[in-house]
Amino acid sequence: MQKNLLLKTGIIVAILLIFVYGMLGPKLFSGAGLKASLLDRIHLGLDLKGGSHLILQVMVNDAVGAQSDHAAELLKDELQKAKVNYADIAKLDNQPEKVVIKGVPLDASSTIRGIVNDRLPEYDVAAGPDNSWVLTMKPQQLADLKDRTLEQSIEAIRTRVDSLGVSEPLIQKNGLGDNQILVQLPGVDDPGRVKEIIQSTARLELREALDHGQTYPTEQAALQAHNGILPANSVILPSKPRRGEQDGGFIIVSRVPVVGGTDIRSADPGNKSDTNEPIVNFYLTAAAGKKFGAFTAAHSKDSADPSNLAIVLDNKVITAPSINSQINDSGIIEGGFTEESAKDLAMLLRSGALPASLHYLTERTVGPSLGADSIRAGVKAAIAGMAAVLIFMLVYYRGAGVNADLALILNLVILLGFMGFFGAVLTLPGIAGVILTVGMGVDSNVLIFERIREELRSGKASAAAVDQGFDRAWTTILDTHVTTIVSALILFFVGTGPVSGFGLTLIFGLLANLFTAVFVSRVIFDAVLSRKGRGEALSI
Amino acid sequence: MEFFRNTNIDFLGKKWYFLSFSLIFSVAGVLSMLFWHGIPLGVDFRGGTLVYVKFVAPPNVQTIRGDLDKAGLHNATIQSYGSPADNEVVIRLDLKETSEADLSKGKNQIINALETNPVAGKQDINNSDRIGFTAVRDALLAADPLHAEPAEYDRQARKVLDFRDKDHGGVIKSLDDLKGVVPDAVLNALKQAFYTSDFGVRSADIVGPQVGGQLKKQATLAVGFSLIAMLVYLWFRFEMIYGVAAVVAVFHDTLITVGAFSLTNQEITLTVIAAILTLVGYSMNDTIVVFDRIRENVKMMRRESLAEIVNKSINQTLSRTILTSGLTFLTVLSLYLFGGEVLHGFSFALVVGIIIGTYSSIAVAAPMLVAYTEWRSKSSGRGAIPLPAPGAKGKVRVKV
Repeated sequence: MQKNLLLKTGIIVAILLIFVYGMLGPKLFSGAGLKASLLDRIHLGLDLKGGSHLILQVMVNDAVGAQSDHAAELLKDELQKAKVNYADIAKLDNQPEKVVIKGVPLDASSTIRGIVNDRLPEYDVAAGPDNSWVLTMKPQQLADLKDRTLEQSIEAIRTRVDSLGVSEPLIQKNGLGDNQILVQLPGVDDPGRVKEIIQSTARLELREALDHGQTYPTEQAALQAHNGILPANSVILPSKPRRGEQDGGFIIVSRVPVVGGTDIRSADPGNKSDTNEPIVNFYLTAAAGKKFGAFTAAHSKDSADPSNLAIVLDNKVITAPSINSQINDSGIIEGGFTEESAKDLAMLLRSGALPASLHYLTERTVGPSLGADSIRAGVKAAIAGMAAVLIFMLVYYRGAGVNADLALILNLVILLGFMGFFGAVLTLPGIAGVILTVGMGVDSNVLIFERIREELRSGKASAAAVDQGFDRAWTTILDTHVTTIVSALILFFVGTGPVSGFGLTLIFGLLANLFTAVFVSRVIFDAVLSRKGRGEALSI
Repeated sequence: MEFFRNTNIDFLGKKWYFLSFSLIFSVAGVLSMLFWHGIPLGVDFRGGTLVYVKFVAPPNVQTIRGDLDKAGLHNATIQSYGSPADNEVVIRLDLKETSEADLSKGKNQIINALETNPVAGKQDINNSDRIGFTAVRDALLAADPLHAEPAEYDRQARKVLDFRDKDHGGVIKSLDDLKGVVPDAVLNALKQAFYTSDFGVRSADIVGPQVGGQLKKQATLAVGFSLIAMLVYLWFRFEMIYGVAAVVAVFHDTLITVGAFSLTNQEITLTVIAAILTLVGYSMNDTIVVFDRIRENVKMMRRESLAEIVNKSINQTLSRTILTSGLTFLTVLSLYLFGGEVLHGFSFALVVGIIIGTYSSIAVAAPMLVAYTEWRSKSSGRGAIPLPAPGAKGKVRVKV
């Protein structure tokens, strides 16, 4: 009996030490204070620390459209090579996975099928009305492209957030809807800037600027310049306002870029040699450089077909200079940058364009001041609630109250230790979970004590009453814990952010409670009983 | 000390009182949900823009309304928030003004509208959306007032932000308040770069229509799943009717709690749903404790009617039920009183739910069990008590 008791006490002390270590961690030994050690182990959620919780929608159709644009370009080249006439080749605007070829001679069907099979195996081709052909991306390829776009967007956001030095960001797919990304940025104290940087597509495109880069005040004016009909394969894009101007006007540019967002190899901020104005230098990949070289040679000032170059960032024309001579694989962007915005843009271009644009669906921002207040309030509530319970148990159960209080405190240590080991995040509802654990944890003790009192009342000796009390309360305790853990599990899996943290705290707390209220409390009783003589009354 | 000793209250005899009590509260809640306040959903589910703003002086709602009107935000609602001493208001925009194409447009409009006296060339140091550690440090680095190492400016910037966020709730009244906190040279450099507006944004919640709908679905599913999971578990551990009675009791609690939110016109947010799910588990606890005792007593008291056994079981567990609920209530009450405005809805749900949950295990679940048995024995002509699951089915014993 005594030996058994010693062993059990040993187990309890060992567990206590393990979880105290989990709670305070290695930092305690390096001489840091209690509070610092605790904060090193228990990570605070962004509702306590301040920060942003964002859900973004990836517009995956952008990437599908880009793919179809590329296919359309390729078809034009191939059909020209095969000397097949066509009226128009373009993707459908509302169905970006489809490319339509219009006005092809009847006898060209085998040529078209051959080109699609050889060069565009990701498309199915079918004959449409009026000598047209419709290419449709295969469903599997379409799904893969969308998945890839989502993955690439997550990677790009991660690179950007990392380069801003946000600690412990969470960036992952959001399970709530299709193509959504969840971004949590705890501790960010200028969320406005970070949000813009994340959202910036940073898709740099080099297109041909028609009408020698002429800027029109309105879209109508641009249309009228061409008698109401836009030249084939061109679009009107807004121009970025110069610094100090309200409105940038509109420029007509080629529909398909000469060089696309994925063709940028690198970029860095710099200053213009003559005016010292901040600029961004960019460098193209070898393949894109060749293409760009051919384009600039064909359209330079002294060539037969001089034209302007449009530098387009996120569908806004930044500048549309004329081309002095052939340019191969690098260029500069100028246009009213500040030092900081040039630095940010270079970073964005380096980290890679987003393959598709992003929309924010949800934004929750907790300012640092609110977080600090929440911690204060949460801790105050926790201490008040806990003190009330501890004092009540002491008054109501006297000797056994000490037992229950010890079990409760151990329960808390194990709970916090668990959280330390698992790197769980403590949120404000999580603090509430800790407080509730105290209230619910004491339930097991009350169940057992009331049962022991009943047994004592029916005339049993102390030892037998304790034995029966624990035995009979056990089934009930198990049932009650299972049901609560089930609802906490649902919270953990279904909930997001703070709610999920609350579920986790509750689960850890209840598991710890099974151990403390049943095992630890029993050992304490046994220890007390073993020192008492036969027939001595139990303080309960 | 002992509060309850050998109580012998005829709970089942009062079932008509209980029934009318439950009916009054459920019906009042349902009526309010249908015809009065509806189910007041928070921004999480309904979508929209909420901006919590703290002012340096007691805010004047009329002035704020005027500022917002000037900016074209005619449908904004303005409410004071928290204790009056906090000088806080919450400004709310409808879903109509919250489009996913430009989600934070409404928030930015609000901030610009309140920014009544901007200073050209300087930034508002209370604008926590933009002005954080980086901005303050960079301003100090550029001015270099102390001719010191960059690390020194890190420290000074941290001091300024702690002063703003930890000590003054996110708004500095005047930069001169920083006198003594930072060296005068630093203060002068700050004055060159920043000015103070009379407000700061404490937090902002913006939810577009898409996510709101998805969250609503998710929350409903979560509550439904947990009720079903409870039913299955109790069916397995006891008998079908025990599971049904317990789930009806818990549903009753959920209904009354949601009804209380409707009656008091408080918003149901994500954390309130978390509280309701916790209540599902908690209320189930109470019911199980009584049911466990009934199961035990049915085996020992072969001659008594089920009504007598149930009454006795409730009385035997009464002390525990009241004590536990009382203690949990104490902790929840401390949450409600001290936990701060953010947890207000959450702790309100728990305060209401714990009272109702305790009541329902005595007044709803147990009488329903008896009523079902009596109805069944009448209709089948036999007086059999539905014996709860025999020991072999689920009794778990562990020797400690």
